[in-house]
Amino acid sequence: MAPKKNAREPATAVPVAPALAPVEPAPVVKPAPVKHPKSEANTPWDKVLINLYNHYIEETPQRTKLLDVFLVFLAVVGALQFLYCVLAGNYPFNAFLSGFGATVGQFVLTISLRIQTTEANKSEFPQVSPERSFADFIVCSLILHFFCINFIN
Amino acid sequence: MAVATQGASPGINSQNTRALLRVSILFLIAAAAVASRLFSVIRFESIIHEFDPWFNFRATKYLVANGFYKFWDWFDDRTWHPLGRVTGGTLYPGLMVTSGVIYHALRALTVPVDIRNICVLLAPAFSGLTAFAAYLLTNEMTTSSSAGLLAAAFMGITPGYISRSVAGSYDNEAIAIFLLVFTFYLWIKALKLGSMLWGALCALFYGYMVASWGGYAFITCLLPLHAFVLIGIGRFSNRLYVSYTTWYALGTLASMQIPFVGFLPVKTSEHMPALGIFGLVQLVGILQYVRSSMSAKQFKTFVITVIVGAVGIGLAGLVGLTSLGYIAPWSGRFYSLWDTGYAKIHIPIIASVSEHQPTAWPAFFFDLNMLIWLFPAGVYLCFQDLRDEHVFVVVYALFGSYFAGVMVRLMLTLTPIVCVAAAIAASQILDTYLSAKKPPSPEEIADAQSTDAKPVKTAGLRVASKPAVGIFTFVSKALVVGGMVVYLLMFVSHCTWVTSNAYSSPSVVLASRMPDGSQHIIDDYREAYQWLRQNTKEDAKIMSWWDYGYQIGGMADRPTLVDNNTWNNTHIATVGKAMSSSEEVSYPIMRQHEVDYVLVVFGGLLGYSGDDINKFLWMVRIAEGIWPEEVKERNFFTSRGEYRVDAEATDTMKNSLMYKMSYYNYHSLFPAGQTVDRVRNARLPDQGPVLNTIEEAYTTENWIIRIYKVKDLDNVGRDLAAAASFDRGQKKKASKKKGPRVLRVD
Repeated sequence: MAPKKNAREPATAVPVAPALAPVEPAPVVKPAPVKHPKSEANTPWDKVLINLYNHYIEETPQRTKLLDVFLVFLAVVGALQFLYCVLAGNYPFNAFLSGFGATVGQFVLTISLRIQTTEANKSEFPQVSPERSFADFIVCSLILHFFCINFIN
Repeated sequence: MAVATQGASPGINSQNTRALLRVSILFLIAAAAVASRLFSVIRFESIIHEFDPWFNFRATKYLVANGFYKFWDWFDDRTWHPLGRVTGGTLYPGLMVTSGVIYHALRALTVPVDIRNICVLLAPAFSGLTAFAAYLLTNEMTTSSSAGLLAAAFMGITPGYISRSVAGSYDNEAIAIFLLVFTFYLWIKALKLGSMLWGALCALFYGYMVASWGGYAFITCLLPLHAFVLIGIGRFSNRLYVSYTTWYALGTLASMQIPFVGFLPVKTSEHMPALGIFGLVQLVGILQYVRSSMSAKQFKTFVITVIVGAVGIGLAGLVGLTSLGYIAPWSGRFYSLWDTGYAKIHIPIIASVSEHQPTAWPAFFFDLNMLIWLFPAGVYLCFQDLRDEHVFVVVYALFGSYFAGVMVRLMLTLTPIVCVAAAIAASQILDTYLSAKKPPSPEEIADAQSTDAKPVKTAGLRVASKPAVGIFTFVSKALVVGGMVVYLLMFVSHCTWVTSNAYSSPSVVLASRMPDGSQHIIDDYREAYQWLRQNTKEDAKIMSWWDYGYQIGGMADRPTLVDNNTWNNTHIATVGKAMSSSEEVSYPIMRQHEVDYVLVVFGGLLGYSGDDINKFLWMVRIAEGIWPEEVKERNFFTSRGEYRVDAEATDTMKNSLMYKMSYYNYHSLFPAGQTVDRVRNARLPDQGPVLNTIEEAYTTENWIIRIYKVKDLDNVGRDLAAAASFDRGQKKKASKKKGPRVLRVD
């Protein structure tokens, strides 16, 4: 569990990557370099990251952490798919798109679920109870995967 | 008419009665919307209109007869001879599938109904739904309960929408406008609630829209633009994140299910804004999350680094991939949206379609009447409490107005927001001036008119609490409300007039008035197509200009060379070349394409201006685009630059196949020296053109359609010009006339 959490933290920027990814191969590799050299070079960035990490460990409920693990998993799968596409070519483009679309879609849906179930955001979603958001999540995922399977050829 | 129905509600207060009233008013509006679209059925008959609908109708019949899977894999070898068309993969199937489903549902309910009637009445039926969608959308924008009903009424009868949805105009727009408005409603709902479910519904309807109309790109660009503006003015919220990402992730996958769209959402520039905003929303979302655990200064540097880095990389990636060819740059149609002269220079085939022309200013008033001046007021009112959904109205209004000004047919996408904004403005006026302080006067007005029974009540409370503000004099109230009533009534009568006069002609059947005022139906099109159907071989290839391709396919059921799909410019240019060249050049082209009959539309006798001679220059231009050496537009103009068809026409003009086919034998109708072309007001020479390689096969009653049969090769091996002049008994002349025979080489 611990290494995974560690992996999650510096990877805050990774979620961006799959989002931008379908068109631009470049950003996948780049967001990490953008951050890493800086965090090692000057002290404020160290502090920022440590702050972030502590904040995360302290403030996040266990259930949300579970969601985060799933998010990391999705990000890794998405990155792998994208890497494959860049290195080995996109030959079954249908398959790549639906696979990648599934990860990206599932990723944003899970984030949405995470947002809606976070206590701090309660005021923004007065009409969405945690149960309701979980139900929404299930329905949307079903639709998503239906489209993906239909598209995969 | 719909407006007038709303008045029948004096003095009812309870919640339930109001709901009932609202439902019945909506039903009446839907009924009015349907009824006002039935002019064409009553005046003429239940018939499919114009050009494209005939293809949709044919495809629907194919779907109903052969089932969905065959329809999906349909390869049509009866169009674009000899190429054929992968029809199943190159159409938007939403319309056909919708009517197919309705057909089978009615059949299952043992309602015996003809598929043609479903197709004819589909557009009016959906217009009722559109009115309802406009009601829902407006209700999201304002608390005034009358605004929604007004918007529904406007949407139901405004000519801008009726122009594409009268009974019989069985085109993609028929259902697409409903889907457009409803998708926007769902988007606003999703944004307001921040709900994944509404976002998913929005994506599903977006998918349906993609399946129905190429105009889906409008949604694809408008929703990201809305999101972008919201982020730009500092309105980013988790609700925006949830709704936008859900819509985009599901909607993009949904749109890719349509074979015609396929990979486009990740490959073309039109879809890139949506993707870019998707990335941006992710970025901003992360920043929002990180913000809570950082000091302000750290956060600032963090934000700047991340945003500059990501935007820079994203742009570089986009430019790089576009130049490497992975992403298609903007297509010609889109360039022509920025530069209205672009299509005319580069893509004549797009410019040649009249609905792609820039809009003339009076058209706005013609199509929207008083809504056009209420529209800015409504947009202004949206600024008053600028919530997220009001930003949407503003963005949509700007975007839509621009595109409506650039292209006539995009008036259609502007109409919904005009209705919504105008309804907001109108209901604001009525709410303000109808506040019932003095009981007798507004009651009379409410009786006399409409829409206002409810505002009277709600506004009355507000005025009671703030007695100092408001309009109290009877005169000003009566003046303004009376003026409004007059405008509303004028609007209704204008809409009815426009619909009945301008938009209800099937254009397959023409109507004219006899001297005694009775109606005379000119039915030449169907006469000609029926002749083709009954007198030619099942697989006789018909060559005509592409405008008539769908009609020939739909009504005559004969293979055509080119049709309104216009997917292959070269093929169209080939037909254009055959039409605009002399017989010696055209004949080999027609032989090579196995043409059996040639069909031209000629309006000279009747004064029907939409005929082929008037479209001729487009054929020349399109042909010139491919063969600039062989076809030259300049040669069709006289030395003074006039486009003439009479004795002074240029030789190129007189020798062109199109000219000859149009005027062949025409002089025989008139006494000598009085041959007149009524469209171009030209006096024609007494000596008509001579045809050697084709012969007249059929000419309709009013000469609108003329069909020629392409002659077979001569039995004894002479060339056809020699054979024809031998038949005419003028051997000498023939040898003189015989020019060098030019065969098409390529």
